Order: sequence, then structure tokens, then C-alpha cells
Amino acid sequence: MKILVCITHVPDTTAKIAFTDNNKKFDANGVQFIIGPYDDYALARAVELKESSGGTLTVLNIGTSETEPTIRKALAIGADDAIRINAEPTDSLFVAKQIAVHAKEANYDLIMMGRESIDFNGGMVHGMVGELLGIPAISPVMKLDIEGDKATMAREIEGGKEYLELSLPFIAGCQEPIAEWKIPNMRGIMSARSKKLEVIEPVSADVAGQLEQYELPPAKGAVKMIDADNVEELVKLLKNEAKVI
Amino acid sequence: MSILVFIEHAEGAVKKSSLEAVSYAAAMEGDVTAIAIGSIAEDALKSAGKAGASKVLHVTDEKLEKGIIQAYANVISQAMEKIGANILVLAKSSLGDPVAARVSAKLDAGFVSNIVDLPDTSSGFQVKRSIYTGKAFANVNITTEKKILGIKKNAVELKEDGADASVEKFAANLSDADFNVKITSQDKATGEVLLPEAEIVVSGGRGMKGPENWGMIEELAKTLGAATGCSKPVSDMGWRPHHEHVGQTGVKVSPQLYVAVGISGAIQHLAGVNSSKNILVINKDAEAPFFSAADYGIVGDAFEVVPKLTAALKAAQN
Repeated sequence: MKILVCITHVPDTTAKIAFTDNNKKFDANGVQFIIGPYDDYALARAVELKESSGGTLTVLNIGTSETEPTIRKALAIGADDAIRINAEPTDSLFVAKQIAVHAKEANYDLIMMGRESIDFNGGMVHGMVGELLGIPAISPVMKLDIEGDKATMAREIEGGKEYLELSLPFIAGCQEPIAEWKIPNMRGIMSARSKKLEVIEPVSADVAGQLEQYELPPAKGAVKMIDADNVEELVKLLKNEAKVI
Repeated sequence: MSILVFIEHAEGAVKKSSLEAVSYAAAMEGDVTAIAIGSIAEDALKSAGKAGASKVLHVTDEKLEKGIIQAYANVISQAMEKIGANILVLAKSSLGDPVAARVSAKLDAGFVSNIVDLPDTSSGFQVKRSIYTGKAFANVNITTEKKILGIKKNAVELKEDGADASVEKFAANLSDADFNVKITSQDKATGEVLLPEAEIVVSGGRGMKGPENWGMIEELAKTLGAATGCSKPVSDMGWRPHHEHVGQTGVKVSPQLYVAVGISGAIQHLAGVNSSKNILVINKDAEAPFFSAADYGIVGDAFEVVPKLTAALKAAQN
């Protein structure tokens, strides 16, 4: 089985979000970048699938050279080789077109990625790539098993789960608990240094969404503390001030 | 300007988030057509009229009873073409999101999701979207001719004063290739308030000490007409199902009131609730970080405070 895992390079979940350059640029100062947590689940399951049924596992990232340490981490976790498409991942449709052009040529059996990136939270790239390649795209996948070219999976829906059957090739947008995150071991880290990381130039595609400016939410007012013995006061506030009951 | 709104339904009624999407489209001063797929009574579809749609297209093909994403994307693309709509509006959901992603690639339409406000069309077509899991916003100009807008809950107020919409049958041309995914079953809570749709959410954390103590959370939720949620450790330990996990890697909610009981307020949990209109925190630790993100707070033992609060709410209701 030939597997592709697409990863994002995103600020750590505890990073302080701030902007510079007149609110036009993310302030990366002091921020640690990681493999997107959802992509990390996709990668972990892909490594398991490769271990059980053989084949190859390639990781792909669309980004500038700054993302290479993140790509190397994915190689240390268990990918065989990597591709970086040398472009800023400006909007989802642009990113999807880059992935689709590469995937069409390389002919993967299975394409996996996170359900969404944790920076822009779009959660749409898997669906777009699926449409561009004319194959199914399912998300968010919580369980994925493959036997031959048949797959069974569970995806999360509002208030529960949906169980599906389909055939390869397809795309899976993944989330927990599809697999446990894998922490690279020393051997993985050593071997990742010599694994192939190919840099290719992007295909030309229009930008569909032009970022104008970032904004931070207004500061939260002070919390109103209510005495634990006076819940009636809280009920009054919820009713008359917050007007939610 | 012709706008198509994809509306979803559950248990015989159009979902509230979908009606909000209709109101959003109406507020853009467009000519709004809604499209619903699957069996639902015509009368129930007329609620889309009250929210601002002039017409509802109803697709009743039996093969589309279950949400087959590729087929739905094809139906919606064809409906957009039929009514000459350049804009598709829809609410965020586990069905709407992947369907819209496919429509976007099919029509080369720029798609922006998690939109929190009406577009600014004074120069271009600028929308404000929530990013970094609610920790910031981005103003994005959609530059393609066709556009798809995914609306976050509570982006606009639901309008309920319009006239009834006319309902028209709509059939699309579909092929076998649209049905190459088989949905074998769904395992879904029924009769409960669904978390992403809820106006009030009551969540419990590790401070609840064990799944056997969830009765008081459920009782409080029931009194408030709320959905129940939980923190990540609670779903990781299997005390509650994963679909109740609220946070950065779980469900993101934006209710009118979020009640957090025995949750300390780790940054990953706050990311899932920070767009709530009001936050009430009940925690025995006065230093819990959640209090600094809250509007109302009570320092106290959940096992005493929650039953007292439920009783006081019941008394206020009578």
C-alpha cells in the first residue's frame, strides 16, 4: 500500500497568539512549532498500517524552508520519505490543488491528514483534494481498518458515530482515537537525518482567499464571584443580567 | 444576488444552525433559496421561510436518505447552477463541512468557514472568520466569483418573522460514482440536546471524581435545557463518550451560557469554549485558571453547589 500523509506546521497548542506588522503577520517570536495534533494522529495510524500491511509512507507539507524541522520529526516517527512543496499555504483551495497535482502523479492508495489544521481550523482540504481527484474523502475519522482494498471506518457526527465501508483509494481526515501519538525514538531521529526530503515548486494556482488583517478578541471583563451559599443571587444574574435563562 | 443555503434537518425539524444560516443569507439582502435533502414534512421546511428564504428546494431521492457526501455535493452544485446562485451559505456541521469542501473544488469557489459576522462588501468581499480555535480572527477577502460561506453558530441573530416559503421538488443527475461510500450504520444519541446546537452547555471535569457522579451534571443540564459536555481527561478516561469532549481537539461550542463544573481551565479546554457569550465556572480551587476566563464564578464544592443551583433554578422556574 502506498500511503501519503499531509502534515501542517503549526504553533504549539499552548502558544500565545499575537500578531505583528500592523496585524498582518503571525508573531512567531518565541513560539514553538509542531506537527498539527490531528495530523499527528493520521501519521501514527499510517505508521501502524504500513507496519501491518507493508508498503511505503510519504509525508508532504506545503510550506517554506522553516517547516523542515517539523517534516524531519515526521520522518523520525516513521515516514520513509518526504516532500515539501515550496509555498506559503495561503488558503485551503490553493493547498488542495498542490496536493492533488502531486497525488495524481504519484498515485497513492491512501491519503491521510488531520481533520483540520489548528491555526486556520478550516477542515476542508481533505474534501477538496477528494473532489479534485474524484475519490471519496471522509472526516473526521476515529477508526480506520483496511483489509486488501476494502476499508471500514467510524467517523464522528453530532451526538455519535457513523460507520462506513469503502474501497481504496480515498482520503481520510483523522482525529483521536484513531491511534496513539508516536514519540520518535533515538534510532528514528538518527535515521530521519538521512531520509530523502524532496523540495518541489508549487503549481500555479490563484489565491481564493486573501488575508487582509488579523484581529484579537476584545479583553474579557472581570469575573463576578458569587458566594457558594447564595446561588439564588447567581440565578438572578443569569436571568436579569446575562439574560440566558 | 441569488444565494443558496444548504439546510439540514434532524428528527423532523430543520436544525436551528441551518435556520441561522438562512437568516445570515437574508441579512446579506440576497434572494434566498434553501435546499433540503431527505425526507422531512413540507410544513417543517416552511420554517426556512420565516428565517428569510423565499423558496425551498426539496430533494426526495430515496438514495439520499443518508448523508452521502459526494452525492450531496453534486446535488448542491447542480442546484446552484439551476437558480444562478454564486453564493452558497451553510452552517458548520459534520455533514455540511465536507459537502461544501467538495462543492468548493468542483466550482472553484473560495470557501471560508467559521465566519462570525456579515460580509463587508465596501471593497471586495471581506469576511471575518474565527481562527486559532477562537483565540483570534482573520479578515479574509474572497476573490473568486463563486463563494461559499460557512457560518459559525450565533454569527447572526435568527430571524423568525418572515413569510412561509414555497416548497418545490428538485431532482439532480447523479451517477453510481456518487455512491461509492456505504454508510453501514449510525450510532447516535436521540432525544438529547446536541452539543454543537445547544444554547446552554453544562460540562464536567475531573473534579467530578467519577462517571457515577454525572447524575447531578445531567440534572442541572436538564433543568437548563442544556447539552452536556466534558473535558478531555474525562473522555480519555472513558467516563463520558468522545463526542461530548469540548476543547481544542474536541467539539468547539459557542452557546449563550457555558457552565464548567470541576474543570480547571487548561488552555486547550478554553480554546473550545472561548466564543461562548457567558461562562459560569464552579470550582473548589479559587486559583483555577478558568476563573480568569469566566463571567460568573463560584468557589465551592461541586457536590454541594450543583444540587443547590439546580434547586434554585427549579424554584425560579415555578
